[in-house]
Amino acid sequence: MDDNGDIAVAIRGLTKRFPGVLANEAVDLTVRRGEIHALLGENGAGKSTLMSCLVGLYSPDEGHIEVATAGRSLRQVDIHSPRAASRLGIGMVYQHFKLVPNQTVAENIILGAEGVPFVPKMRDVEQAVGALADKYGLHVDPSALIWQLSVGLRQRVEILKLLYRGAEILILDEPTAVLTPQEADALGATLRGLADDGKAIIFISHKLGEVLAFSDRITVLRDGKNVATLATKDADKPGLAELMVGRPVLFRADRDAREPGEVVLSCDGVSANDDRGIRALSDVTFSVRSGEIVGVAGVTGNGQAELAEVVTGLRKPTKGKVALHGEDVTGKSARRFIDRGVAHVPADRLGMGLAGDLPLTDNFIMKRYRRAPVSAGPFIDSSAVADLSRTYVDRFRVLTPSIKTLARNLSGGNQQKAILAREIDAGDRAEGIPFIVAAYPTRGLDVGAIETVRSALLEERLDGAAVLLLSEDLDELFVLSDRLIVLHDGEVMGIVASADATKERIGLMMAGEAT
Amino acid sequence: MIPWRVRLEKRLDPAWHLAWSVPVLSIIGALVASGLLLAMFGVDPIATYRAMWKGAFGGLFGGDLYSASETLVRATPLILASLAVSVAFKMKFWNIGAEGQLIMGGIAASGVALFLPAAAPGIPQNLVVYGVLMGGAAVVAGALWALIPALLRAYLNVNEIIVTLMLNYVAILWYSHLFTSVWNDPEGFGFPGSALFPEYTWFPKLFGTRLHLGLLLGLLAAVIVWVLFDRTRFGYEIRLIGDNPEAARFAGVSIFRNIVLVMLVSGGLAGLAGLSEVAGISHRLQQGLAAENGFTAIIVAWVAKLRPWAVVLVSVLLAAVFVGGDQIQITMGLPSSVAQVVQGVMLFFVLGGDIFSRYRLRVFRHVVDMAPAAEAN
Amino acid sequence: MDLDLFTSVLSISVFAGTSLIYATVGEIITERAGILNLGVEGMMIMGAVTAFAGAFHSGSLLAGLIVAMAVGGLMALVHAFVTITLRADQIVSGLALTLAGVGLASFIGERLGPDNGPLVGLRGPRFLDVDIPGLSELPVIGEALFQQDPIVYSMYVFVPLVWFYFYRTRPGQELRAMGESPQTVDAMGIPVIRWRYIYTIVGGMLAGFGGAHLSLAYTPGWSENLTGGRGWIAIALVIFATWSPARAVVGALLFGGVNAVQFRLQASGTSISANLLNMAPYVLTVLVLVLISGASPLRKRLGAPAALGVPYAREERT
Repeated sequence: MDDNGDIAVAIRGLTKRFPGVLANEAVDLTVRRGEIHALLGENGAGKSTLMSCLVGLYSPDEGHIEVATAGRSLRQVDIHSPRAASRLGIGMVYQHFKLVPNQTVAENIILGAEGVPFVPKMRDVEQAVGALADKYGLHVDPSALIWQLSVGLRQRVEILKLLYRGAEILILDEPTAVLTPQEADALGATLRGLADDGKAIIFISHKLGEVLAFSDRITVLRDGKNVATLATKDADKPGLAELMVGRPVLFRADRDAREPGEVVLSCDGVSANDDRGIRALSDVTFSVRSGEIVGVAGVTGNGQAELAEVVTGLRKPTKGKVALHGEDVTGKSARRFIDRGVAHVPADRLGMGLAGDLPLTDNFIMKRYRRAPVSAGPFIDSSAVADLSRTYVDRFRVLTPSIKTLARNLSGGNQQKAILAREIDAGDRAEGIPFIVAAYPTRGLDVGAIETVRSALLEERLDGAAVLLLSEDLDELFVLSDRLIVLHDGEVMGIVASADATKERIGLMMAGEAT
Repeated sequence: MIPWRVRLEKRLDPAWHLAWSVPVLSIIGALVASGLLLAMFGVDPIATYRAMWKGAFGGLFGGDLYSASETLVRATPLILASLAVSVAFKMKFWNIGAEGQLIMGGIAASGVALFLPAAAPGIPQNLVVYGVLMGGAAVVAGALWALIPALLRAYLNVNEIIVTLMLNYVAILWYSHLFTSVWNDPEGFGFPGSALFPEYTWFPKLFGTRLHLGLLLGLLAAVIVWVLFDRTRFGYEIRLIGDNPEAARFAGVSIFRNIVLVMLVSGGLAGLAGLSEVAGISHRLQQGLAAENGFTAIIVAWVAKLRPWAVVLVSVLLAAVFVGGDQIQITMGLPSSVAQVVQGVMLFFVLGGDIFSRYRLRVFRHVVDMAPAAEAN
Repeated sequence: MDLDLFTSVLSISVFAGTSLIYATVGEIITERAGILNLGVEGMMIMGAVTAFAGAFHSGSLLAGLIVAMAVGGLMALVHAFVTITLRADQIVSGLALTLAGVGLASFIGERLGPDNGPLVGLRGPRFLDVDIPGLSELPVIGEALFQQDPIVYSMYVFVPLVWFYFYRTRPGQELRAMGESPQTVDAMGIPVIRWRYIYTIVGGMLAGFGGAHLSLAYTPGWSENLTGGRGWIAIALVIFATWSPARAVVGALLFGGVNAVQFRLQASGTSISANLLNMAPYVLTVLVLVLISGASPLRKRLGAPAALGVPYAREERT
């Protein structure tokens, strides 16, 4: 079995449980030196958990891991901490970067590295970093502060961190989630360079396109199990998608034709700043009509969050005009927007969407507590609250032991359904046509929940609601939207009908190329 | 190396019985721990606790109400101050300044009692009118004193913990200044204290004990706060802000307005506690007005988990510890600070015990072997 | 300005500020690691009383110091356990420690004297001023800075050492990162939990040490409520100093200076009541907080360790 000599890491029969969840079940995975191996699966399929075991953050409940690095042959090891993993030559670039924002690149690179002297000589560090950067084409200024760097550069710092520690097995978790298609290509080239140098690379993704483009072999996880490992040249999108979800998947959902009606929301020359006072939106002009879904495409961080905040009253624009049903609501309070029937499904479920330690009932009345029947003068009618809650739970099939359960104790999918129920109903028909802003509504949900959310949005559209949808998933945007707006650096690069657009064109616009 | 690892894991469905058993067990644990602490300093804990119980409740079950009434007297300002603290804490606004707000209330009430009769003799000099005037003054003074940290926080985002605390010291120094110099009783032979209030301003006593109207005020306040929390929009808004200010903002709740309102209510309640002491017990402005009630209130509020009915119960419990503590000073020659220690330890235990209602301990084995690999995949 | 006045004010400022500096820097260390310790007042006052009791009964000043640090460290250990391992609310835990600490200090002050009597009013060992040859003859500052007690001198060395640790060493860099982003530090293989324990305990020890200076040099001796809220002022100073040890010195000297002015006024027989004068440090603290908050909200955000006060849990899901 001289295949053994080429294997860098082998995971055998790994099982990992969390309270109430079986994250991985008897997973086998083998990666060779010089190979780029993609780990594919839906959200919640167990990819991150598996890699977290490999990198020492979790310990497997069953199974073991074998590693052949640092000149030694393949042997079983117990990886009980990230430091132990690092000593074994395993390193991970996380989806949410592990960087200290107000320290420099060099400081971040040596943080926790072995062999750093008590009084570090930063000049030596900078030299070493420079040498690595040259070798692999990962140029970045070692004395720059992290918060000053773009996302793409920060990712380079993360990779350099691993290389500085002598990593031979590199794991990247959803590395292109925050990159434009062109930056993603550059990353692919970098990874190829690293692989050619003998490193073993694993990257986690749920995006079929880049998996096919960058990898040598692919392993598909579904429901915590390894359902297939195949050579990339033998794979295609439909096949992979089917493996991921377990049934044939339609790439274009049937969207009922619907003539859009009157303008519900209009933005005219809107500019706004972010929390740091830096310009986030520049001269944005568009409108959303009744009975249509307008999708906002763009790499995260190009103004989408601020746009959602401006059209829901959570942020005052610095210039321009926002109008709802023709009424000028620029700069008015969030409360005014809510009273006018604006529904907002926020990106951050447990952030602003829900009060985690309060019962569902309290969460359900968040938008309605100032109006009858919930409110009776300064008081709150608890039986009206209970009725309302039960209606929501039934209509959206929110799985919960009781309506008094704390919001935090529901699964992600059910939390999202609860938010949807509240928001969609909050756009009281009496106020006119509702305007729904859905920010990344399917993020982190399993397939079933995603389906429910998407159907709900399509249903509302048919009913005449105006929907503004933000999503990181271009496929989802194409499936749901009638029109697409592409944001880059806070500017609208283009507004196209989804039927007329191609992914390539949208990708170019996302990168700043007007077409 | 220990071959097991112990981890804290979140409970998915908090068992309901824990809401009761944990605080009770924590209190018992606190008594045990304090007992050990006492023993370390050469004090017999059992005898001490027994003496404390006797001091606090006395012959309650034999029909002698006196000790128990003393406990309730001691609990009266504590109930009001603890309700004050609970209202603020519900919104996670850390009002550590109940002590100062209480004192300001006491000062204002005293001011009315001492000087209004002479300044405005036309005002009918009876309990009802003066009761209302003193009460109003106390509430306003406490509320205004609380308004300072509220505005600083609402406008400038200044940390309220330190401001309320510093204002405590200022209030204490000011009232000391008042009763030792400016308001000092001219016929008091230099005794540090103001003149005695006119008799019609004194709260009537109940049942021939020192129990006074203040207790009824406290119980009434508890009911009102309960309604506020459970049944009103205001209560909903403050618990929403307390749990998740982001979500509150998202729901269109005005955090600014609520900070101010909450502190006005909180300060007002604390001011009433000051009124209660001054009109019900001391009938003058003198040393010992607050008796650290503002700080003890924090313990009560926490142990009672901010629930008004529990606040009343826990206030009585801690008052019992204090009264018992005073007694052992006489009967056993121990300093009354023992009581304070017991309370601090109790808070700790409840704090720690709270964790177990939210998390569960899990022990599991940790694999240590390093066998060489057999064959390839 | 009258130089003699300046010298005298500076001298008292340094003398009064020393205990504050130790407590403040201790709390800066703890908060940089990401833990909010509101128990400083309790640790300081316990340090003061146990230092005096220890020195009184053993006759050794060193013993007093060691006891104070041990007690402060022990109290901090409790806080660390409750907030780090049990993940309880840091604010309430700190308050509970202060309440228990102040009560216990009062109790000890009543019971740990000779024959189980009070310690109040007793004369015990104290640190005497030591003139540093040469330096103490410098004009103006010589008398103020170099005719102090040994603990003040230790402070001159302590602060630069801490500064060096923070900004020039590897563990110092890790400490600074810990309060900003504990997940990052943890992912880099640094044991966050262990270091948070250590830095919390160090903070407590320093608070105890600061308290010891009060009872063994400043007052000296023990009386009820000796610290008078200095522990709280130290916590305010941490914010004032934007978590930097060097700026903490400035703040502490400022407060020491207020103390000095109070003394001078009272000594010169002013008609202002002592009670009103004593309000000065507390009012000043509030003013300071208002000033730095109003100055620049952005600056303040960049100043506070981002993860301060938030318990860290590695395996939390959702």
